[in-house]
Amino acid sequence: MKKFAGLVLITLAFTACKFNDADKPRLPIMGNRDAVTKTINGKQVTDTVYQTIPDFKFVNQYGDSITQKSLKGDIYVADFFFTTCPSICPIMHRNMLTVYNEFKNVPDFKIISHTIDPKHDSVAVMKKYADKLGISGNSWWLLQGNKEQTYDLGQKDYLVAVKQDDGTPGGYVHQGWFVLVDKQKRIRGYYDGTDEKQVAKMIGDIKILRAEVNTEIAQ
Amino acid sequence: MKLKVIAFITIMLCVIIVSCQSEAEQEYKRYYGSGTLVYKAKCQNCHGEKGEGLSNLIPPLTDTAYLKKNKAQLACFVKYGIKETITTINGKAYEGAMPANVDMPAIDIAEVLTYIGNSFGNKMGTITVDEVNVDLEKCK
Repeated sequence: MKKFAGLVLITLAFTACKFNDADKPRLPIMGNRDAVTKTINGKQVTDTVYQTIPDFKFVNQYGDSITQKSLKGDIYVADFFFTTCPSICPIMHRNMLTVYNEFKNVPDFKIISHTIDPKHDSVAVMKKYADKLGISGNSWWLLQGNKEQTYDLGQKDYLVAVKQDDGTPGGYVHQGWFVLVDKQKRIRGYYDGTDEKQVAKMIGDIKILRAEVNTEIAQ
Repeated sequence: MKLKVIAFITIMLCVIIVSCQSEAEQEYKRYYGSGTLVYKAKCQNCHGEKGEGLSNLIPPLTDTAYLKKNKAQLACFVKYGIKETITTINGKAYEGAMPANVDMPAIDIAEVLTYIGNSFGNKMGTITVDEVNVDLEKCK
């Protein structure tokens, strides 16, 4: 009887492994998409073109210029904030700090936080904020730059709402989204940065995405 | 007969003490319970669920000595905020401002202070709406 139970257990363990292997989770590709029909070798081929995050130019908390090139080969999470934000930013960055601590030693992962109040949030202010938050190194960049470019990037590319409104506390409307972007610059996930549970899910998804990219490279 | 009177008085005293205590206890519970909700809505984003603050950006609410020392000013802090300043909490300097809640009624302030004052390791008892009203008169 004992032997039989052991056999069942071993079989179960095996099928569990197999099941996992065949059903490897994949993250959806989000954002707008286009179908493009091309003629390759005389054949009509229709391909899906996914929306990607275009190039940008900002300055990080160390005063270094940051462009898409600086993120080449990286998975990253983007968010929008401002250092004097009285409402949702502290909780977003409390949660982001968990993400930072989880992945700070991972070479192909980064966090970029765009300020939507570049007039106040100079490089010096951002550096001070980073120091107070307790982040160092190059795995979390606080980006500052042209306001129009930041707002355009938020609205048209990351597809999150960002705007100035003197009627709201702090003077800016923004949502607490964390946007997960893959190495091909495609949007792979949106997470409510004010919700601990969704941020925990994002941490899991980042791991899935890193594994996915690594197997793609292996093939 | 004398014994009966003494017994009666003793029992009455006991009843009065117990009922008084439970009334105070009930008031405390009411303040604390409502204060939890005010805290969630107005304070928790920055100061955290456990009053832990956020790194060196936002001070925690765990400095019992600071709260005791500044007890009469706490209502003013909540209502009118704190202007850009350096505050030392748990021996660490925090620089910055706290937003005001000018529209917050005195009763909500009393409730949230009772919640904070008796959570995160603090033990200040009930901070009543009367105390808050007196303290608010003296805000600078």
